[in-house]
Amino acid sequence: MTTELIDPPARTGSAEAPRPLDTPVVLDVKDLRTHFLMPGGTVRAVDGVSYTLHRGRTLGIVGESGCGKSVTAQSVLGIVPRPGRNVGGTVTLTRRDGTNLELTSLDPRGKVIRSVRGNEIAYIFQEPMSALSPIHTIGHQITEVIRLHTGAKRDEARFRAETVMRQVGLPRPDAVLDRYPHQLSGGMRQRAVIGIALACNPGILIADEPTTALDVTTEAVILDLVRSLQKEGGMAIQFITHNLGVIAEIADEVVVMYMGRQVERAPVSQLFHAPQHPYTQALLRSMPRLGHRAHERLEAIQGMVPDPYDVPPGCAFHTRCRHYVPGTCDSPEYLEVSPRHWVRCSRAGEVA
Amino acid sequence: MIAYTIQRLLLAIPTLFVISLLSFVLIQLPPGDFLSSYAATLAALGEQLSGDTLALLRESYGLDQPIYVQYYKWITGIVTRGDFGLSLEWKQPVKALLWERMGLTIALTLSTLLFTWLLAIPIGIYSATHQYSPLDYVFTTIGFIGLGVPGFMLALVVMWIAFIYFGADVGGLFSDQYKNAPWSLGRVWDLLQHLWVPMLILGMEGAAGLIRTMRANLLDELHKPYVTAARARGLDETVLTYEYPVQVALNPFISTLGWALPGLVNGGTIISVTLSLPTAGPLLLRALQSQDMYLAGAFILLLGSLTIVGTLISDLLLAWIDPRIRLTH
Ligand SMILES: Nc1ncnc2c1ncn2[C@@H]1O[C@H](COP(=O)(O)OP(=O)(O)OP(=O)(O)O)[C@@H](O)[C@H]1O
Ligand SMILES: [Mg+2]
Repeated sequence: MTTELIDPPARTGSAEAPRPLDTPVVLDVKDLRTHFLMPGGTVRAVDGVSYTLHRGRTLGIVGESGCGKSVTAQSVLGIVPRPGRNVGGTVTLTRRDGTNLELTSLDPRGKVIRSVRGNEIAYIFQEPMSALSPIHTIGHQITEVIRLHTGAKRDEARFRAETVMRQVGLPRPDAVLDRYPHQLSGGMRQRAVIGIALACNPGILIADEPTTALDVTTEAVILDLVRSLQKEGGMAIQFITHNLGVIAEIADEVVVMYMGRQVERAPVSQLFHAPQHPYTQALLRSMPRLGHRAHERLEAIQGMVPDPYDVPPGCAFHTRCRHYVPGTCDSPEYLEVSPRHWVRCSRAGEVA
Repeated sequence: MIAYTIQRLLLAIPTLFVISLLSFVLIQLPPGDFLSSYAATLAALGEQLSGDTLALLRESYGLDQPIYVQYYKWITGIVTRGDFGLSLEWKQPVKALLWERMGLTIALTLSTLLFTWLLAIPIGIYSATHQYSPLDYVFTTIGFIGLGVPGFMLALVVMWIAFIYFGADVGGLFSDQYKNAPWSLGRVWDLLQHLWVPMLILGMEGAAGLIRTMRANLLDELHKPYVTAARARGLDETVLTYEYPVQVALNPFISTLGWALPGLVNGGTIISVTLSLPTAGPLLLRALQSQDMYLAGAFILLLGSLTIVGTLISDLLLAWIDPRIRLTH
């Protein structure tokens, strides 16, 4: 395998080089586990995921559909839908006042976790188009959050809402606030959703595929916007996507997930230049890149995503792995192979 | 919103015209007319009407004229003088028979509607927010019984129980002393005391159905992404249930408003006959049987018009609470 094949795509627009992860940790997720107890068996949607979010930095989470990216994010906020249940791990939030708060042990309907949601940790949904109430104006929905978390009066909240809407680049924010979601274009709605997420100056922003539903141009604009907002506010961002191109654009560190488990975690340039897990390598090979001749076919990952009720034993990826060796891959450990670079592969080092 | 209201009001005018035409044609449809069925009744009793008498009667009632002339006379009488013609069977102006019956029907319909909503909405909300809880199962079971048992049977059972155990006659809407009395406070009070039995019986089936509707709608709505998104913003569960989804789940209730009246008149007729209620249903049934055309026509026309008005009200309400409807018009 040549290094040329796994060159990261060039960052475009206002993108900058990835930044070092030298800022304070604001969210520390350790061995998070969330399972769905279904009639047909247990789906281990999230099964031992660990990562940290750093002030002013962006963590990208990638993986194929169904690997547990969204459930990970929902577990952090305690909003996993039934029959999903958090069955282990800790999520430690460093609050604005500097104190630490463990989130998984809180009552998911209680006051404390509610004061975290939308206030200290904001969540942009995978389907932004349907994440707004159809029967309330944008202004109602944003001032509701502001008043809830800051105790602001109606006028103050309205003023704050206009400021935020201007920040996310909506022209004539006062007019937009009086609109209903169906009256806005997709790009405007996504900006409004981001505006609502930013309304209370959250320290952490979890963005779950916020650009998947948008066209490429709008996607680039929104990514630029998120980046510049991060610069201004110093937010830590957890950016979920299945698009490695977007990861290359925005992330400083990357977590790769497969079947609810974390298979690799590395700083972004490390991941693109020296991926260690065969799954990561396969993902990179399946990614379209600039500068490649058009007739060169992309390589799809061989085989099928396994049934979530029936995760293969040992290394979950072994059924699709070209480096699988029976006997060797039965219990891969999650090891730090170089500074800040973890891999769960029994043959790490041999297969790169 | 104003433009929409005006547009809907203007649209109602031709609709009302078509309804009046249809009601008139409808009552003319059965072969023969009132006089032939009257003659047949007399013949059955052994009396014969001579052809001359029949022709004379036919002429005096205007039944010998072409149908469009009859329609024109009928409709201009209604529009200009509020005159619905003469009930051939009762030998009285239709007006005199119509209004009390219609008034009682509307009163019964509205109170039944109110009763079903007051019952169905809270139970539906409870069932949806406590899905698969013991009480949810209880309500579901009762609901299926309510849907399965025919209303007239329930009416008979209630009447029987009331008579055997309480010695009370729960039929009708008035006690004997008020039955034909002029309106007074006492009569209104008497009406209220009698109203709840038919209200309960008429409302049972509707309430059972509406509980199912409310539960299903709300469950649907509660799992929509915008609710989860609002939860992720820190809103509490009460707001998440009431402020957003309940409002949306109520839409189908409002849209059925227009059909409540004809629904109760149709479905309620059998129950009304069983309970001998002085409402429109039984009288309309009787008028149709005896081909008492002006009486039947007046009822059909009024019920049709009330349906139009009901639909209009529910459409305007829907537009008022749902911006997606309001703003696309
Ligand atoms: N409400 C639910 N009920 C049952 N199982 C669920 C539910 N939500 C998620 N799952 C299961 O959890 C697993 C992970 O789902 P998740 O939504 O986190 O995937 P994802 O990585 O976000 O995928 P995508 O890229 O398609 O958004 C899947 O196997 C899915 O079937
Ligand atoms: Mg997802």
